[in-house]
Amino acid sequence: MTRGLAFDISHLLAGGMVLLSFALLYQDRMSGLLRAYALHALVLSTSVAWQAYIQDAPHLYVTATIALAFKAIVIPVALHRIVMRLGIHRTIETVVGVGPTILFGLGLVGLSVAVILPVTAESDALAREDLAFALSVVLLGLLMMITRRNAVSQIVGFMSLENGLVLAATGAKGMPLVVEISVAFSILIAFIVIGIVLFRIRERFDTVDIHALDSFRGERR
Amino acid sequence: MIELTPLNLLGEAIVVAILVVPALSAAVLALLPGYRLSARLNVAAAFVNFAMAMVLFAARPTPGPYLLVDDLNVSLIVLTTFVAFTTSAFSASYIAHELEIGRLTPTYLRFYHAMYQMLMFAMNLALVANNIGLMWVAIELATLTTVLMVGIYRTHEALEAAWKYFILGSVGIALALFGTILVYLAARPIMGQGLDAMAWNRMLQAAHGFDPVLLNLAFVFLLLGYGTKVGLAPLHAWLPDAHAEGPTPISAVLSGLLLNVALYAVLRFKMLLAANADALAPGPLMVAMGLVSTIFAAFMLYRRRDIKRMFAYSSIEHMGIITFAFGMGGALANFAGLLHMTMHSLTKSAIFFAVGHISQVKGTQKIADIRGLTESHPVLGWGLVLGVVAIAGMPPLGIFMSEFLIVSSTFARAPGLALLLVLGLLIGFGALMLRLQGVAFGPPAGGRAPVEASYVPMFAHLALVATAGIYLPDPLVRWFQHVAALLGG
Repeated sequence: MTRGLAFDISHLLAGGMVLLSFALLYQDRMSGLLRAYALHALVLSTSVAWQAYIQDAPHLYVTATIALAFKAIVIPVALHRIVMRLGIHRTIETVVGVGPTILFGLGLVGLSVAVILPVTAESDALAREDLAFALSVVLLGLLMMITRRNAVSQIVGFMSLENGLVLAATGAKGMPLVVEISVAFSILIAFIVIGIVLFRIRERFDTVDIHALDSFRGERR
Repeated sequence: MIELTPLNLLGEAIVVAILVVPALSAAVLALLPGYRLSARLNVAAAFVNFAMAMVLFAARPTPGPYLLVDDLNVSLIVLTTFVAFTTSAFSASYIAHELEIGRLTPTYLRFYHAMYQMLMFAMNLALVANNIGLMWVAIELATLTTVLMVGIYRTHEALEAAWKYFILGSVGIALALFGTILVYLAARPIMGQGLDAMAWNRMLQAAHGFDPVLLNLAFVFLLLGYGTKVGLAPLHAWLPDAHAEGPTPISAVLSGLLLNVALYAVLRFKMLLAANADALAPGPLMVAMGLVSTIFAAFMLYRRRDIKRMFAYSSIEHMGIITFAFGMGGALANFAGLLHMTMHSLTKSAIFFAVGHISQVKGTQKIADIRGLTESHPVLGWGLVLGVVAIAGMPPLGIFMSEFLIVSSTFARAPGLALLLVLGLLIGFGALMLRLQGVAFGPPAGGRAPVEASYVPMFAHLALVATAGIYLPDPLVRWFQHVAALLGG
């Protein structure tokens, strides 16, 4: 296979993740959001598998498999059930409107391209463009965490951010501990988030709207 | 290749042991019922850890791809294990009371002790990690364990504090991972693929050849990422809540140790940048963030109504001062920074010990409801006065000395910055004295129940701080000077 095709496919997949990050940003329904996230994780898994193939790094297949099984299936299904049980599947409250958020997101993608491309002029083309895409996914995940009020969508934002980090780590050729870092921690974080924070918040507040928590500022008691 | 001596082998065994002991204790404590036994076991495990860490001064392991003990981290390991030990002793008396008033149940206590040892494990691992990926993993683990501990009281406030800490902490940790990946990318062309390109000691030797622009970008991410964990403004928002709502022993460990560990990570990367002539000087960034944190936190000290929250802001102030000192760089400022790190750890944890006892006897954390402590509880009250006087930077205590060194070394190089720093220090000083008057003196208010706790941990720390202000042993001075030279400009 030519180098050109290998690059094109990995860029296509990484670009797909950026696109899906935008899709996450404009979802206004919980079920749609979770579906978009599952797709995000699916594309990540494909991208990691492709990296494993072209870099000839079989251990990355582990990351790819776990991304597929865990992030694309188990977590979305579990979150979906939680959302259904809490009856919050209808709408997602946003802090800022969708239009400005998308525009801001476009700005962030522009920023990450502008930052990464000149910096990595001397490294290989694969790493630099993947890195630009990965940074975009990370920044869009951050944006989503800021613009959503609901705990579940904040977690989705954080997990999409985590996907961006895995994309960056697998794009960095030959980086040691990638499997350990990415897998162990995405599992641990997801476990903790779902198992404890959500559970406790529901137990105490009967809502997962973070806004309800904001009544407390620590100073007026 | 360094020859293996018996001392090397002993060192290697010790490094593994300071990781295995807390990890095993965590597992045992998670299973043990009965809080008296687990509290004692917690203290014992922490003491064993401290004793083993002392041995590291004499016996060093050979640096491997994963673990490294050098002059910089060994003093921090000893400090960390020491404060962890005294805090576990304080915690033993503190939690007995919490159990009595029903704020914690035995099941939660089991969880609490296990998490305490997990935190020790994570902090030790972060300090001895040579691999920058491993260091990241350790700091992430430390964040997660403290998130769980902050939320342990399960009140509205505690849950919000834990959530805020979790979100901001994860964002910080994500930025730090991105920075770590960038450092690897910068190292790869020189070091080749694989473990060497993430081993800090190898990278330091080859850092002069790294791509400077990539390193610069990486440092920005690392400073913002780990800086969130240090509590530098404007990324500090999690810190006051986490300190105020968690159990007080955890506030002591957070302020005294975890903030230091995060700053230590920043210092490691600063040294990498300093070894590369073409990379941007990391100093000014750190100076700016440190100065902003100091001045901001000093102003914020005035309007606090919760006593733990007030001392949390004071921690932000002091982490700002330390970051400022390391940002200035040079032998004297680095020396002062190291000294300040040590003094702040000891003093702030002593203050939190006092505050823990105070909030228990008074049944409140509100500053307005705590009055006349020196009259109602003389020992506790004067202990707090001594601690606050020390943290405010009054001579002749230890913090005065380190602050004096920072200010005087800065005056020689950048008088404008020194003036700003002095301004921040004075504003903070005023706020602390103002609050101290109400809390410690005047007619007593609130509960008068006697304190059923040991004052030993608190006064041990205060005695060390007072001694350090008057007399620093010669070997310690030489040690800090040596480490300061390692840290470079």
